[in-house]
Amino acid sequence: MATVKTRNHIRFILNGEDVVLGNVAPDATLLDYLRLQRTLRGTKEGCAEGDCGACTVLVGRLSGGKLVYESVNACIRFMGSLDGCHVVTVEHLAGGGDKLHPVQQAMVDFHGSQCGFCTPGFVMSLYGLWMKSPEPSDAEIEKSLQGNLCRCTGYEAIMRAARAISDYGKAAKDPLLVERKAITARLEAFRDGIRVEVGEGKDRFVIPASVDDLADVLEAEPTATVVAGSTDVGLWVTKHMRKIAPVVFIANIEGLQGLSHDKGVITIGAGVTYTEAFETLSKHIPALGPLIDRIGGEQVRNMGTIGGNIANGSPIGDTPPPLIALGATLTLRKGKTRRTISLQDFFIAYGKQDRAPGEFVEAVHVPVPAKGVHFAVHKITKRRDEDITATLGAFWLSLAKDGTVAEVRIAYGGMAATPKRASAVEAALVGQPWTEATVEAAMAKYAEDFTPLTDMRATAEYRALAAKNLLLRFYMETTGTKAPLTVSRYEAA
Amino acid sequence: MTQHQPNLKAAKISGGVHTDQRHDSAHKHVAGEAVYIDDMPEPAGTLHIGLGLSNVAHGTLKSVDLAAVRAAPGVVDVLTYADVPGENDVSPSGMHDDPVLAEGKVQFHGQPIFAVVATTREQARQAARLGKIEYEELPSVLSIWDLDPENDKQVTTPLTLNRGDAAAAIAAAPRRVKGRMKLGGQDHFYLEGQVSLAVPGEDDEVTIYCSTQGPSETQHLVSHVLGVPSHAVQVEVRRMGGGFGGKETQANQCAAIAAIAAKKHKRAVKVRLDRDEDMTATGKRHDFAIDYEVGFDDEGRILGVDYMFALNAGFSADLSGPVGDRALFHCDNAYFYPNVHAKSAPLYTNTVSNTAFRGFGGPQGMVGAERVIDEVAFAVGKDSLEIRKLNFYDPMGTPGERNLTPYHQKVEDCIIQRIVAELEESAQYTRRRHEIAAFNANSRFVKRGLAMTPVKFGISFTKTESNQAGALVHVYSDGSVHMNHGGTEMGQGLHLKVAQVVAEEFQIDLDRVKITATTTAKVPNTAPTAASSGADLNGMAAQDAARQIRKRLTDFAAEKYQVPADQVVFLPNRVRVGNQEIAFNDLVKQAYLNRIQLSAAGHYKTPKIHWDRAKGRGHAFYYYAYGAACAEVSVDVLTGEYVVERADILHDTGRSLNRAIDIGQVEGGFIQGMGWLTTEELWWDGKGRLRTHAPSTYKIPLASDRPKVFNVALTDWSEAYEPTIHRSKAVGEPPLPHGMAVLHALSDAVASVADHKICPRLDAPATPERVLMAIERLRAEAAQAK
Repeated sequence: MATVKTRNHIRFILNGEDVVLGNVAPDATLLDYLRLQRTLRGTKEGCAEGDCGACTVLVGRLSGGKLVYESVNACIRFMGSLDGCHVVTVEHLAGGGDKLHPVQQAMVDFHGSQCGFCTPGFVMSLYGLWMKSPEPSDAEIEKSLQGNLCRCTGYEAIMRAARAISDYGKAAKDPLLVERKAITARLEAFRDGIRVEVGEGKDRFVIPASVDDLADVLEAEPTATVVAGSTDVGLWVTKHMRKIAPVVFIANIEGLQGLSHDKGVITIGAGVTYTEAFETLSKHIPALGPLIDRIGGEQVRNMGTIGGNIANGSPIGDTPPPLIALGATLTLRKGKTRRTISLQDFFIAYGKQDRAPGEFVEAVHVPVPAKGVHFAVHKITKRRDEDITATLGAFWLSLAKDGTVAEVRIAYGGMAATPKRASAVEAALVGQPWTEATVEAAMAKYAEDFTPLTDMRATAEYRALAAKNLLLRFYMETTGTKAPLTVSRYEAA
Repeated sequence: MTQHQPNLKAAKISGGVHTDQRHDSAHKHVAGEAVYIDDMPEPAGTLHIGLGLSNVAHGTLKSVDLAAVRAAPGVVDVLTYADVPGENDVSPSGMHDDPVLAEGKVQFHGQPIFAVVATTREQARQAARLGKIEYEELPSVLSIWDLDPENDKQVTTPLTLNRGDAAAAIAAAPRRVKGRMKLGGQDHFYLEGQVSLAVPGEDDEVTIYCSTQGPSETQHLVSHVLGVPSHAVQVEVRRMGGGFGGKETQANQCAAIAAIAAKKHKRAVKVRLDRDEDMTATGKRHDFAIDYEVGFDDEGRILGVDYMFALNAGFSADLSGPVGDRALFHCDNAYFYPNVHAKSAPLYTNTVSNTAFRGFGGPQGMVGAERVIDEVAFAVGKDSLEIRKLNFYDPMGTPGERNLTPYHQKVEDCIIQRIVAELEESAQYTRRRHEIAAFNANSRFVKRGLAMTPVKFGISFTKTESNQAGALVHVYSDGSVHMNHGGTEMGQGLHLKVAQVVAEEFQIDLDRVKITATTTAKVPNTAPTAASSGADLNGMAAQDAARQIRKRLTDFAAEKYQVPADQVVFLPNRVRVGNQEIAFNDLVKQAYLNRIQLSAAGHYKTPKIHWDRAKGRGHAFYYYAYGAACAEVSVDVLTGEYVVERADILHDTGRSLNRAIDIGQVEGGFIQGMGWLTTEELWWDGKGRLRTHAPSTYKIPLASDRPKVFNVALTDWSEAYEPTIHRSKAVGEPPLPHGMAVLHALSDAVASVADHKICPRLDAPATPERVLMAIERLRAEAAQAK
């Protein structure tokens, strides 16, 4: 392979300061860097797995030429993924003076802190929200706080503070908005379009310059750990103490950021985050919006990618079942060779996917259901938000003119070692009149499709029962009934 | 901060008692400037600890091979029980059953066996995984559910309460019900995990900065472990990132390990547990198995009740004895039992040793009482609120007998009737009851439920010697005040309340009173900040100290200005002496120049209380705090998913020292109690491994789990019956059991699938799974009955 021009350090802005780091481990986290190397100890470690939000910071990055700030979990954010970014910690908000930022002053005045340990994280999440939405609804506030745990206040005081932030100052006067142009220019200046390689031998990480470059890197190093949002790999490091080097960071590769809707198919690049995909997906496939809102917390959705959710092959990933039901396909790439397979075929067995060494997921293609097709997805968890699936069912149904089932695809997560179609149930439905009696008969077939497990999330009995009941819920939805079919936080029952 | 200019004309000081003040550290919290133990600058050369934990639930240690651990990068030392200089025990109950590091055997999965000392925390954690340990596995007991509370092994002596003849009353009662309830435990999930930083001093001295609710106990146990007198050990804590009881005794093991390593290596040593380790290796709220039998009349009036409260103590006693006791103390909740027999059984299992958690067994006792009420209500076919009202203790001032607790204390301050009546009105209970019935009749897939539950919570430690407190107050010659007391700050606003008390005594503005870190070197032999007692005890002690100084100032002024002492009056920021007013600061300066002592140690001990455990009799509590909660839920009967539509709470904190702080305690307590009874499920696998050991698997409430409508109010008319600090009442624990209203609302929704004819016996935590399974069970039972 020809020698590739590389840069051997990362560059980013920390609060106001340009940082150049050449000595940084592939698995070094932002939280440890802030706390241990920079003694910026306002950012806390509560869980080290991206669930509690005590470590929330904002990361600004150029997305399509625009500077976007998003809340992220510093505990599972690798340093290597920050190249070209602006990291903003709680210390930056008050600007060192005695005067607090509107977000902070509202939290003080409305008694939003008790023990105070989670507070910097809440401040940062609310700050991220306020920048995007200065007069947020309660639903918006709650959504932005799904990834922040508070054990003291019961959240009510924090909600009161969040509603009042704009009474304390206008977003237009916010330092980060005032400095937006300057920061953008500084981040632009960092962009040199060349590959970054930091470290030696196995103990190194690479940030490819482009998708082609990524293909080259993985051909040369097929066992490297590919990291996009690090919302899963982060835990391999912080919890399992696994060695992940060499690491290839793909989150900032522009060629993987594509998101398009063309001829009834949505194509999502492997580097597109849940947050980025939300608008397009929920516009064209409305049932996916509420689902995405229940994946992780806001910080996780800002980092995690749909590509990663697929590629890591988990049986409890939330996007594969609906995407399978929708008939999605995957583009896999190895070197210069691409192939397209159905998503359903990608999942072979537990921990095993149809992906060769050096091959990577480049994009997923999602057909938008045609007019008249019914599509729904329902996720069952112990806690409504920011919880991992106990069982999740996705339903795609096309009815014939005579009211019989022309075609149906039903896929589940949490019910088997992989995301899996309910073939026996589907068979019991196809060709039958779409009635409650048909559905009831099909519900008896779940036992042929699934033998779920008992674990800490649910017993096998509950999974089996709730899973088949979801088919009944789906049926009722297609009848157009006005009666409430389930409980809801945000819609009038 | 700007220089203070006291307002010498003010009609009132700023920040006295009965005013709404913001948390003293709020500004620092939001700015990221509040310093927790892990945020302190480490002394040069600080070493870090990683723990080697047991991989089996019960077994003898056949061999412990630590060669690979010692050889790992950055490792300085590996400590085992053999490195403990004094006694290898941190038992808070004197049972000698809580080894610092396991010796010869392990008794739960996750028990610390060795401690790696390394240059960095990451190196210590990495190395800790390299231990090669062989076990001779022994049979393990992982759950109390199938144990015999009378005959299986207990970790400490159980308690029995007895009044009247329960067995005879039940036998003779027109109606009887017998049942069993499974009630889960709860992890504290303080956001700041266990952490200690030990800094060695000269000779035998060591200072430990420790996130502990009980600095004195940490001090005493560390001195015990080090084999040195208590005077050699100093424990300090400015603030904790949450405690909830989880740092009452559970901080001691980390503190001890840090201290041992610090003394051995003459370097500072920090122990900070990872969340997984914290949840695996430290104790939680006890799960209970509650057996009950109740006899009652056709109206639903309870005649006799018999309880067995079996609690999962885990492998050691820790505080399980007193936790079981407090469950019994609250098995009446707000109800008079004419005849009662209640027994605890702190059972041994091979799980982590359970400990204090906000309420300390009290909430578990109350959940048992409310289950019994539900049983009676379903048996006689009445709304459970009617049954509740029928069985309340008599209101304050009523002559008669319906005010004796199962422990023979007379309830003298009962205000539950008025609270429930006011809440019933403000929450529109009756109207909503009808609306919900109409809704349910027309809704196939979503059912609503409504419930109102009362709370009566006893205030005092049942361990008599814990009902004392100390404080140290200095007035400096410029008139500024340094305040210190034995209580610890974990977010509850204790320091603020005590500072308000001191400001009130001196009649100076609150910002003249400096809040300082709790340390065993300033105030010795203190009780842990627990049992909701923080402000009651320490506020009184600080008041005592301030009053001593004020008296000296008064005497000084009277003498100097030749006026009678009663003509020396402390006004806001000034003192009127005869006909003139002198700025407080100036009077202090004069006193100093005249060599008046301006420092005092205060002390307080709670009066009236006594308790004879062997007889099960006494005046166990100084007073009671009251409240009631009303909750409405919607339940999806296909999946068991639910949302809390609305909650209304009316709670009594007497004449509140600070209503803003108290409202925060009530809101937070309710949500924490709701979490305990709904989504927070601890799940051990067949090998005794806790599999819900992090927030990814252990689900505490989120902002989006709050009731959609949440109305919280404090009674504005109540005041403590006893002369407590400014007639306020304790607020830490009493609001937590308000979460019961959600459990009972869920139960009510479940009951609707069987036309409210069958008691759902919904166990807790009522996860969506438990709710759905209860619905299925009721439907099957109802079908069978047809």
